[in-house]
Amino acid sequence: MDFILKIWRQQDSQAKGKFETYQVTGISPDCSFLEMLDILNNRLIDRFEKPICYDHDCREGICGSCGLYINGRPHGPDSAITTCQLHMRRFRDGDTIIVEPWRAKPFPVIKDLVVDRSAFDEIIMAGGYISVHTGSAPEANTIAVPKVKAEISMDAAACIGCGACVAACKNASAMLFVASKISQLAVLPQGIVEAKERVRKMVARMDELGFGNCTNTGACEAECPKGISLTHIARLNREYFAAKLL
Amino acid sequence: MEKINTKIPKGPLEEKWAHYKATQKLVNPANKRKLDIIVVGTGLAGASAAASLGELGFNVKVFCYQDSPRRAHSIAAQGGINAAKNYTNDGDSVYRLFYDTIKGGDYRSRESNVYRLAEVSGSIIDQCVAQGVPFARDYGGLLENRSFGGAQVSRTFYARGQTGQQLLLGAYGAMMRQINKGTVALYIRMEMLDIVIIDGKARGIVTRNLLTGNIERHFGHAVVLATGGYGRAFFLSTMAMGSNGSAIWQAYKKGAYFANPSFVQIHPTCIPVHGDYQSKLTLMSESLRNDGRIWVPKKKEDAEAIRNRIKSHRDIPESERDYYLERRYPAFGNLVPRDVASRAAKERCDAGYGVGSGLAVYLDFSDAVKRLGIDTIRERYGNLFQMYDKLVDEDPYQNPMMIYPAIHYCMGGLWVDYELMTTIPGLYSIGECNFSDHGANRLGASALMQGLADGYFILPYTIQNYLADDILTPKIPLEHHAFEMAEKSVKEKITKMMQIRGKTSVDTIHRKFGLLLWETAGMERNRQDLEKTIQEFKALKEEFWSDIRIPGNDHELNPELEKAGRVADFIEIGALMVRDALSREESCGGHFRTEYQTEDGEAMRNDNDFMHVAVWECRGPDHEPALHEESLSYENIKIQTRDYKH
Ligand SMILES: Cc1cc2nc3c(=O)[nH]c(=O)nc-3n(C[C@H](O)[C@H](O)[C@H](O)COP(=O)(O)OP(=O)(O)OC[C@H]3O[C@@H](n4cnc5c(N)ncnc54)[C@H](O)[C@@H]3O)c2cc1C
Ligand code: FES
Repeated sequence: MDFILKIWRQQDSQAKGKFETYQVTGISPDCSFLEMLDILNNRLIDRFEKPICYDHDCREGICGSCGLYINGRPHGPDSAITTCQLHMRRFRDGDTIIVEPWRAKPFPVIKDLVVDRSAFDEIIMAGGYISVHTGSAPEANTIAVPKVKAEISMDAAACIGCGACVAACKNASAMLFVASKISQLAVLPQGIVEAKERVRKMVARMDELGFGNCTNTGACEAECPKGISLTHIARLNREYFAAKLL
Repeated sequence: MEKINTKIPKGPLEEKWAHYKATQKLVNPANKRKLDIIVVGTGLAGASAAASLGELGFNVKVFCYQDSPRRAHSIAAQGGINAAKNYTNDGDSVYRLFYDTIKGGDYRSRESNVYRLAEVSGSIIDQCVAQGVPFARDYGGLLENRSFGGAQVSRTFYARGQTGQQLLLGAYGAMMRQINKGTVALYIRMEMLDIVIIDGKARGIVTRNLLTGNIERHFGHAVVLATGGYGRAFFLSTMAMGSNGSAIWQAYKKGAYFANPSFVQIHPTCIPVHGDYQSKLTLMSESLRNDGRIWVPKKKEDAEAIRNRIKSHRDIPESERDYYLERRYPAFGNLVPRDVASRAAKERCDAGYGVGSGLAVYLDFSDAVKRLGIDTIRERYGNLFQMYDKLVDEDPYQNPMMIYPAIHYCMGGLWVDYELMTTIPGLYSIGECNFSDHGANRLGASALMQGLADGYFILPYTIQNYLADDILTPKIPLEHHAFEMAEKSVKEKITKMMQIRGKTSVDTIHRKFGLLLWETAGMERNRQDLEKTIQEFKALKEEFWSDIRIPGNDHELNPELEKAGRVADFIEIGALMVRDALSREESCGGHFRTEYQTEDGEAMRNDNDFMHVAVWECRGPDHEPALHEESLSYENIKIQTRDYKH
């Protein structure tokens, strides 16, 4: 298959970026999107040009490193996958494909398609955990957790922290990301003790970092590679108001 | 030889760890604040260690090469984590987990370490549950278990097919909490390139800031390496793209011994290779072997017809299917350990019975779907099935999966003593980058257990035994000569690589090298090929150092430069792997020398000559490495030939 690629190139965070056009030919439909970029990069190296920078590591949809904005959608045209799981068979031969980094103020561009997502770590740092010292935990089966709750918790915990939700949102809101952590811990008996503190601190930090408000458009849910549902945002809101009331 | 002091505490096996903890030296709280500890790596091992050491009050600095500590490759572990809780009442115990691990490792691991691992396994589950890890539960709300290869009990805890992710996020959360408190400082997008030794002790590291290219110096009273496995030496593997052996390799070059480098694990259930552009292989969790049955056609003609797409699996009636693991190993069936399952797949494919490209076998769920219903299968393996579908574009609820073995894990790594300290005082190695617990073959779901055991429950104790003597050592200024020298050599290596400006991309050489390594030191090894490969590696090394091409410069984000540094080290590690494989004239676990096999193709161990850990010492670029032995003795376990047939 052959493609025309329009890719965002930007030397560093200060530089002005622009789209460059590249052609790739002879690509197998079973090639992954990132492998297609590898092939392009190897051709650039052959010409002694700088290869295109993008984040990636596990290449199996779980580390959350990769994240490209492809033809106007985070992680491209397929749903429920990450960029590294996208395959060229999802495109038509001869297609023009536009590739951009995540566009969101709290995620500044570092170079080409690489952005700085450390704001997510900051939010977790503010309280996205249960405070338990190593060695102080009770026997694991002391507290039973209803199966349905454990399942809801796991649904929320599936978040990989890729940032697609923020990139998809016109307000650059991080509500789905924050909600996934809040929800995971709020439905478990272990997480209840700190629930109020947690939601207050995480939301406050999210606001400080410049993420926008949630206006319920649902783009985040649609683009989330792990299918994390808006119901978690509803739970976050309930938790937040309950915490505020006290 | 005198350096190989295992420091195994005296006394009966069951009392060693308790006795050690009761008598070891500790550091009091006021002094902990004065002590700096460097932890390189934020996977299960590194994150759990950093969190626990921070909680204790030490000053911790933690490093990873990714943009967030949560992305360490532990995140990719799917199937589960073992612990001897015996919740299923099926006869499990600390002793049985210990026994299974030693046996699974083909009697090439150290009794005392393995016993301790089994002993602390239960606390790991307690800890993770308290952190909010959403493990699978039954309808009564209690924790659920599944079985994994090499065990006859169900002792594997899991969180759908994302166990590693959930455990890592638990440890990451604990670590972020300490970062918030200021006891741990986090350094992301930083790669450790050298270790600094002062007066014979590990005292710091030199790193490269991957965004700016700045070379930086960091002091620590002790240094902990938790950098994961070096399986990406093979190019194609289930490891992450950035996984590397560079940190432990620098340690080796500076005097830390390297144990059993050739012991690598080949995982039987991965998605087969499909093209020469492919960059990595994807694992399908071993847990699938609980319900999936592995088969190939009984007749060669059928296999060939399938390969030529004249027939499909549907055309092969039940009576014409060879469930070869169930046939060869009736007692364990599809749940034999990984090395056995991998070799059996290779045997069938080499004999002409493979499907797909010829290098693939079926993993079939149709019986399980009939028995349990599609909903149960979806609940157990939903995300794995989705992953397969997305990758291969075929629905595994309807068709059997196709799988083939791939490089997955390194049992080998830095040699450590009972305290997890390397032969360099003050340098520790935890998690996959040490060699300690899995012998010649690791059992499924035991790496997560080991990483967290090391980080939460072992290192935080043992490191104090060393640091207690260091409380009066002031921080060593970064201007110290040893830091300067380390920085200089790092910069020289970078400059040298940048200046080659040859014709070949780093990936091209890595691919070539990796394939060679796979062919000679992969599933089967033999003297002739191994000897030949040593020569070929020399040529490849030369090609690397004279012909690689790295565009851009060294003071910017430059992934080609990062890769080059890692590949330079992989080529050297590969040479040591081959040397080690050559010197071990027996077959054991994942190490299968074709010269040493029984008539029906099973591994033939040689306990008289090789019941030891092969421990390699670097003696500089101009000398061959020296081989030492740590002999293994089994006082609490009867040594047997591994038998999964009866
Ligand atoms: C696909 C897959 C599935 C698996 N499934 C299971 C399973 O179900 N059960 C099980 O028990 N085991 C499983 N394993 C094995 C297990 O996941 C690993 O052995 C284990 O997680 C390794 O943890 P670690 O902490 O030692 O290293 P890692 O998690 O690999 O972490 C390494 C860390 O070191 C850092 N690092 C590396 N090099 C450098 C450097 N030079 N400078 C700075 N930082 C560096 C990285 O940034 C990272 O933070 C699986 C492995 C894979 C690949
Ligand atoms: S590279 Fe890990 S999720 Fe894509």
